[in-house]
Amino acid sequence: MLKIQGLKASIDGQPILNGIDLEIGRGEVHAIMGPNGSGKSTLSNVIAGREDYEIESGSLEFEGTDLMELAPEERAHLGLFLSFQYPVEIPGVSVTNFVKTAINQHRKAKGLEPMEAKDMLRLMREKMELLGMDKGFLSRSLNEGFSGGEKKRNEIFQMALLEPKLAILDETDSGLDIDALRIVAEGVNALRSPERSILVITHYQRLLEYIQPDFIHVLHKGRIVKSGDKGLALELEKRGYDWLKEKEAEV
Amino acid sequence: MEVLEHITRNEYAYGFTTDVESDKVPPGLNEDVIRLISAKKNEPQWMLDWRLEAYRIWQEMTEPEWANVHYEKPHFQEISYYSAPKPKKTLGSLDEVDPELLKTFEKLGISLDEQKRLTGVAMDVVVDSVSIKTTFQAKLKEMGILFCPMSEAVRDHPDLVRKYLGTVVPRTDNFYAALNSAVFTDGSFCYIPKGVRCPMELSTYFRINEAGTGQFERTLIVAEEGSYVSYLEGCTAPMRDENQLHAAVVELIALDGAEIKYSTVQNWYPGDAQGKGGVFNFVTKRGLCERNAKISWTQVETGSAVTWKYPSCILKGENSVGEFYSVAVTNHHQQADTGTKMIHLGRNTKSTIISKGICAGKSNGSYRGLVKMGPRAQNARNFSQCDSLLMGDACGSHTFPYIEIENRTARVEHEATTSKIGEDQLFYCNQRGIPTEDAIALIVNGYCKEVLNQLPMEFAVEAQKLLALSLEGSVG
Repeated sequence: MLKIQGLKASIDGQPILNGIDLEIGRGEVHAIMGPNGSGKSTLSNVIAGREDYEIESGSLEFEGTDLMELAPEERAHLGLFLSFQYPVEIPGVSVTNFVKTAINQHRKAKGLEPMEAKDMLRLMREKMELLGMDKGFLSRSLNEGFSGGEKKRNEIFQMALLEPKLAILDETDSGLDIDALRIVAEGVNALRSPERSILVITHYQRLLEYIQPDFIHVLHKGRIVKSGDKGLALELEKRGYDWLKEKEAEV
Repeated sequence: MEVLEHITRNEYAYGFTTDVESDKVPPGLNEDVIRLISAKKNEPQWMLDWRLEAYRIWQEMTEPEWANVHYEKPHFQEISYYSAPKPKKTLGSLDEVDPELLKTFEKLGISLDEQKRLTGVAMDVVVDSVSIKTTFQAKLKEMGILFCPMSEAVRDHPDLVRKYLGTVVPRTDNFYAALNSAVFTDGSFCYIPKGVRCPMELSTYFRINEAGTGQFERTLIVAEEGSYVSYLEGCTAPMRDENQLHAAVVELIALDGAEIKYSTVQNWYPGDAQGKGGVFNFVTKRGLCERNAKISWTQVETGSAVTWKYPSCILKGENSVGEFYSVAVTNHHQQADTGTKMIHLGRNTKSTIISKGICAGKSNGSYRGLVKMGPRAQNARNFSQCDSLLMGDACGSHTFPYIEIENRTARVEHEATTSKIGEDQLFYCNQRGIPTEDAIALIVNGYCKEVLNQLPMEFAVEAQKLLALSLEGSVG
């Protein structure tokens, strides 16, 4: 599904990613953990195609397609979705209007006509039920005045509507209390399928109690320093990141 | 902000000229030209005298320079003050309209057809100096509503015109109002009788076609007690290298309990990407509210090289209400100095000002507004909100709010924000599959929503498209 090789990226001449190798297969759930400043968010932004970063070297492939040459919206049309750590507010644009635009742009890229209004509405209702969301939500301005939990739920709502092949969840747990976290995680789990891969990016282990990954990678100083199964998360919880940092220093 | 730097050469879609013969007065302005205009329109003596007096007043005045705009002043002796497509006989049916002109309106997407009935719009069309065609006159007449070209009103309804013309915007008001009073050629006249609710939108479409002409239209709307009317004007012009002058005067009179809703979608040619050409849009618009009356101005301004315009309300009667909803877009080298004046004279008067400025390219947009609470304006209220949205870092946005309060019980609230379309917003939209141009249209329409919501439905859609078009490629 996603294949990253030797990826190096910098911002304003400052190297952030120093050679990432990562392969995510169809239907797999991977988690990337790491301390602050290790390059986690940069990695998700680079995969999604944010232009602020300079790609120094390496390759980025999605189902065999080279992503490097594609604009962010083209990557999205291929089935790549990023759930943002800090979803932006767009005043005056209702959730309905925004997701309608997004869905129809995806359809346009596939050569399909815009979706009928009633089908659109039915689809939105169905996904809202899945995430236990309130109807009033649809007419609110996108993310404006949303609580942290509402913002993250809105991200997962959009993921449910756009049905991506690969979803990257960037710090989806940040700013959530335990109840909100559980609701969001249940939403994600409901969207797990053998066809859909998920990359969870998180600082803490607690999200992984709800969304159980197949593989865990630890990112430090822009490099994956350790990979393992979900047992690694528990070890990190117990020992922190320092032992890995030391280990890397020895290398 | 790399993506926000690239400015396009988006083509003005309405920039064609129509090849029809026209009857045009040679350039220049003097009493003889005014007599000629008046004679061509078969005006009564009182109208001519009124014009000549305005001309004398104008000659004593100097051009105002206080607005935050910079341009080379028009050469008033080089403008032709009258141009009419031939033949200029009164047109009874569509068949008599020059086919070339009909094609023009097809290109503009305006149907003069009676099929407009379906959308409930009665339309008056003014090309250069004369009204070409007014639709639905007969149907409106049944209800006692008058909707006709101003030149016709001067001849057919002289008592009404004499009673109200120049009462809200006097000839002495300002330089361009005086000039307009002297040379105005056409425009619309609307009269809604007591207690009548006008069943359709009244609309005037203005088009400058001929080179080297100015357009000086005059619009007068009188809403008798307890009546209601919604009026909309639209404007376009061909692309020309030289600047064309448009100096209109609009007067609204809302008598006791009447309501006038006046909407403008202004898309005069803005000049090219280098700032060459474009229309100078120097307009005086003002309405008078008697007791319990309401006047609501809504404007979507995307065109013109230089705009200078303050649709205002004089809230004379108690409990009267004034509203001003504005979206002003400037791109490339456009300059706009626009806003409103809310003059509260009566008790319990209320006004609302919502102004949304959008600046892109190397343009400059200013909001200039006056809220005045007179000594007898007990418990008067105003709420103003002035927002600016900047795209890129070569444009400028300015706010000049003036507040004068002479009554201690009056309350004035003013809020202002300035924001930028952020890379974060654009990237977020992109990531959801929405390309940048569409994302900008989405964000801008969201930002303008409070104003667009005030427009009649059919025109709101048009205005949304126009906004997207005028900002097309302003980032890239």
